[in-house]
Amino acid sequence: MSKQLIISVSREFGSGGHIVAQHLAKKFELPLYNRNLLKEITIEKNWDLKELEKYDELSRKPLFSRTIRGYSNSPEENIANLQFEYLQKKADQGKSFVIVGRCAESVLKKYDALVSIFVLADVDTKIKRIMETHEISKLEAELMMKRYDRERKAYHNYYCVHKWGDSRNYDICVNSSRLGFECTANVLEEYIRERMERR
Amino acid sequence: MIAQILAVLIFLAMFLLIITEKFERHVITLCCGALTLIFVFGVCMRSVDAIMETLNVHSIFTLDFWYHVGESSESSSGINWATIIFIAGMMIMVEGMALVGFFRWLCMKIANMVHYKTIPIFITFMLMSAVLAMFIDSITVILFLAAVTVELAQLLKFNPVPMILSEIFCANLGGSATMCGDPPNIIIGTSLGYSFADFITNTGVMAGISLVVIIVYFYFVFRKELKSSTKGDIDVTNYPDPKEAIKDKRGFIISCMIFFLAVALLITHAQTGLTVAFIGLFIAVLTLIAATRNVGKIMRKVDYKTILFFVGLFVVVGGLEQTGILEVIAEFIGEISGGNAKLMIAIIIWVSAVASAFVDNIPFAATMIPVIRSLEVTQNISLSVLAWALSMGTDIGGSATPIGASANVVGTSVAARGGYPIGWGKYCLKVVPATIIVLLISTFYIFARYL
Repeated sequence: MSKQLIISVSREFGSGGHIVAQHLAKKFELPLYNRNLLKEITIEKNWDLKELEKYDELSRKPLFSRTIRGYSNSPEENIANLQFEYLQKKADQGKSFVIVGRCAESVLKKYDALVSIFVLADVDTKIKRIMETHEISKLEAELMMKRYDRERKAYHNYYCVHKWGDSRNYDICVNSSRLGFECTANVLEEYIRERMERR
Repeated sequence: MIAQILAVLIFLAMFLLIITEKFERHVITLCCGALTLIFVFGVCMRSVDAIMETLNVHSIFTLDFWYHVGESSESSSGINWATIIFIAGMMIMVEGMALVGFFRWLCMKIANMVHYKTIPIFITFMLMSAVLAMFIDSITVILFLAAVTVELAQLLKFNPVPMILSEIFCANLGGSATMCGDPPNIIIGTSLGYSFADFITNTGVMAGISLVVIIVYFYFVFRKELKSSTKGDIDVTNYPDPKEAIKDKRGFIISCMIFFLAVALLITHAQTGLTVAFIGLFIAVLTLIAATRNVGKIMRKVDYKTILFFVGLFVVVGGLEQTGILEVIAEFIGEISGGNAKLMIAIIIWVSAVASAFVDNIPFAATMIPVIRSLEVTQNISLSVLAWALSMGTDIGGSATPIGASANVVGTSVAARGGYPIGWGKYCLKVVPATIIVLLISTFYIFARYL
């Protein structure tokens, strides 16, 4: 691929955003980053992944951390910033990739190569999928969905100016319940190719 | 009564806003200070005198502010300009030293002198942290020590967390030993008129005894983690030469001379009559003259936000003081202790420690000074004993949690940036017992020596 392409996929829990991202990565033959982003950082810097991954994609706990002269001692915030800096470094190097979550639509906003997507889904569809994937009851699935979405929202809104899921912050928002994951990815592929041609 | 309620509300709002970090803390204290001046002194008390006394600008233009001979005296209430000028001056000196590479050189030199062996580095860095923090603000000390520790950990393949935790604790402990080591001590010293010698012969002794015990404690607590990484011979030839840290040889020598001059002036200030405000200003001017080419660079690095934070804080605390609310708190402490001096001292130390473990110890110390002044009058206890109890409580209590003191925040932040995040569990498990040990030593020392 000659032109740089960065696809950021933000998602509601249970919406299948991750699967859509996988499809897109395959279609455009790009590396997919999600949790493995932290793994790549730790390998490169020779750090212990176990120590870091427990703070991945979590918002800062305000009463349990402080900032002095720009130094925050929140592990969550430091791990988030490490990932943001790493993503920016990759983008600066002209690399193409698909990134799931990690505030990428805001962190990489200045790059022309960015296509930002938000994947949502109907509540019933999400609960059904969570029940199947995790083999849990409906009530458990509902609670799980609410908890993860609350955490993602808190994480995103702490580090970004724009609110999580606010359509004005993304190039395209899509409900995966309508067409299913693969077909949604096909539609998005068309949109991305059109965007690339116009660049 | 309305003035008292309003002063308390503004004070509580300031504390809560500082904790939430929604706004920068200097913005919070300045806004709350402005509210105190307008509403508490202006609208409720209609007292221009209270405003003037709290702003305390007139004190700067007195000879006593810069030069004071004879018995130490209590300075007036309100904005403690001596603290502010001293802290600003020391910040300029420290930035000058950092610019020429002094701190990095010192850390690398000591690591080199002990042949990059983990346990000796662990012990010498603890000692260095305590000694440097006696004269330099603990944020700067930890900033450089923790950064070098992470760097050495990468080179020598050891876990830097035990070392960073010990360095943080020792920086706070070292800071408690002198008048200029920790902001609460500077405030206590300048507000109550104590000298460097007063601190070193009182809190300094407690800190010294505690340091020995704490080095032994940390050694036993961390020995397994540290020993596991000391296997095999170390080839020191590949490690960085300490000299490489020096960015400007001439500037380095001058910075060292200014630093030693500052230490000498501080140690002898009771004899020479030069106040800490004078020393701060003098050292700052010397640093700027010596580094004429880098004046802009140094001044940009000075943490003016902390200076503004102090200005606002003193006004808000002045509001509490002028309305007499702190005397009520002092009476309350007196009542619950039933006039028992030992109980009162224990309350001061342990309440200060617990409060400082969770909230910024600077506003706490500033608030407690008028309280201990009242206790001296109403309960007939020596002010100095109360001051040493307050100093040890706030300085040491701040070590207990990752948010208790600035050094803890900066140290754990540097560790996290270096790939070693330190959560509350990991931090408190090792440091809370150390804090309790030092608080016990201090409590019993004060009981034995003064009561």
